[in-house]
Amino acid sequence: MLSAFLAVLRRDLLLSWRGRADLLVTLAFFVIVVCLFPFGVGAETNQLRAIAPGVLWVAALLASLLSLHRLFAQDHADGTLEQLLLSSEPAVLWVAGKIVAFWLTTGLPLVVAAPGLALLFDLEQGALPVLTLSLALGTPILALLGAVGAALTLGVRGGGMLLALLVLPLYVPVLIFGAGAVDAYLGGTGAAAHLLLLGGGLAGALALAPWACAAALRIAME
Amino acid sequence: MLQATDLACLKGDRLLFRGLALTLAPGDLLRVAGPNGVGKTSLLRLLTGLTHPEAGEVSWQGVALRRNRERFHRALLYLGHAAALNDMLSPLENLRFACAAAGDEDVDEERCVQALVRIGLAEQLDLPARVLSQGQRRRVGLARLFLSAQRPLWVLDEPFTALDVNAVAELATTLSDHCAAGGIVVLTTHQEAPFARPPQVLDLGSYAC
Repeated sequence: MLSAFLAVLRRDLLLSWRGRADLLVTLAFFVIVVCLFPFGVGAETNQLRAIAPGVLWVAALLASLLSLHRLFAQDHADGTLEQLLLSSEPAVLWVAGKIVAFWLTTGLPLVVAAPGLALLFDLEQGALPVLTLSLALGTPILALLGAVGAALTLGVRGGGMLLALLVLPLYVPVLIFGAGAVDAYLGGTGAAAHLLLLGGGLAGALALAPWACAAALRIAME
Repeated sequence: MLQATDLACLKGDRLLFRGLALTLAPGDLLRVAGPNGVGKTSLLRLLTGLTHPEAGEVSWQGVALRRNRERFHRALLYLGHAAALNDMLSPLENLRFACAAAGDEDVDEERCVQALVRIGLAEQLDLPARVLSQGQRRRVGLARLFLSAQRPLWVLDEPFTALDVNAVAELATTLSDHCAAGGIVVLTTHQEAPFARPPQVLDLGSYAC
């Protein structure tokens, strides 16, 4: 039952490894966008501390959007998607495999890099685990929602821009609770409520997004 | 048994064909013929369940495809126009992935190597697919035929394209053998191939609108 999931996961991780320059681009984009802010708003320490969670989250969100249009495009062009849709295994499984591989290669590096970048903004040490946890819970939601968008815009002319327009509004709640978790911790109210909401969002997205994605891919094949 | 009744196919806002009916029993080899643009590929995609007909129904063993998807796809091998090869993977990796993704859990690396050697890619096993010629890419896809004998229904879109004369003859033999063993083959081609017995021909042009 899991063979399609594992086969797709293994293949996509292997492909990412062979084309690892693409992954570095995502990570470099994240680092550069974050580094631009101190130049733009000035190096006043209190101000930087205040904007740090928002900046890191917006940058992570844009970086995860960067490679989203590639999620299904190659497989669509070379006919692999057709073969996957003709698999006797349920489509949800291999779609989930693709999304997991996508998050591991584009989302996880952001989660790992974020605490280091937060130090640039002199973010309080105690807030770093909260920031990391909020990204670890939030970026999979971004990948799951983004995958649905990528499937819906597959094969559409100018799909890249359309994808951004479609997906960015859906990212807003994730951004609010993700950046809000760090702010709440710094404000002294505790981040638990925000993190629980993010966790709930992740559970919901995990349960629903692969199905929506599979249905959208079937439509894209028509 | 594959059965289609009163099929109509709409592409964009153009009706390609309508009123098409066919019945294929074990042992049948059907060649879909007709000029370019008449809807041969569209018909094959309808028969695989990738797309849904505008009217009519396709059924496998007497049950409509939409109520029977998993069982039907276990019985089906479809090789489309695109070879489903990723340029960054080797033929062996591509073939292993194709089999695993299709749900053939019993196909291991050794059997994949044997299939690729048999189809004439012994030298190219570990090269990235992007350096292969068109004919060699086509062969990687066709290697799945040797690993899919347990799938009775083969639907092949232009399988002979880009193959050399020897490969065409070998493929024709493989297809004839599959039919002789009780399989069903549906294919499109513009070229003559030396099948063991002449295939049935469906002239799609006569159903065109």
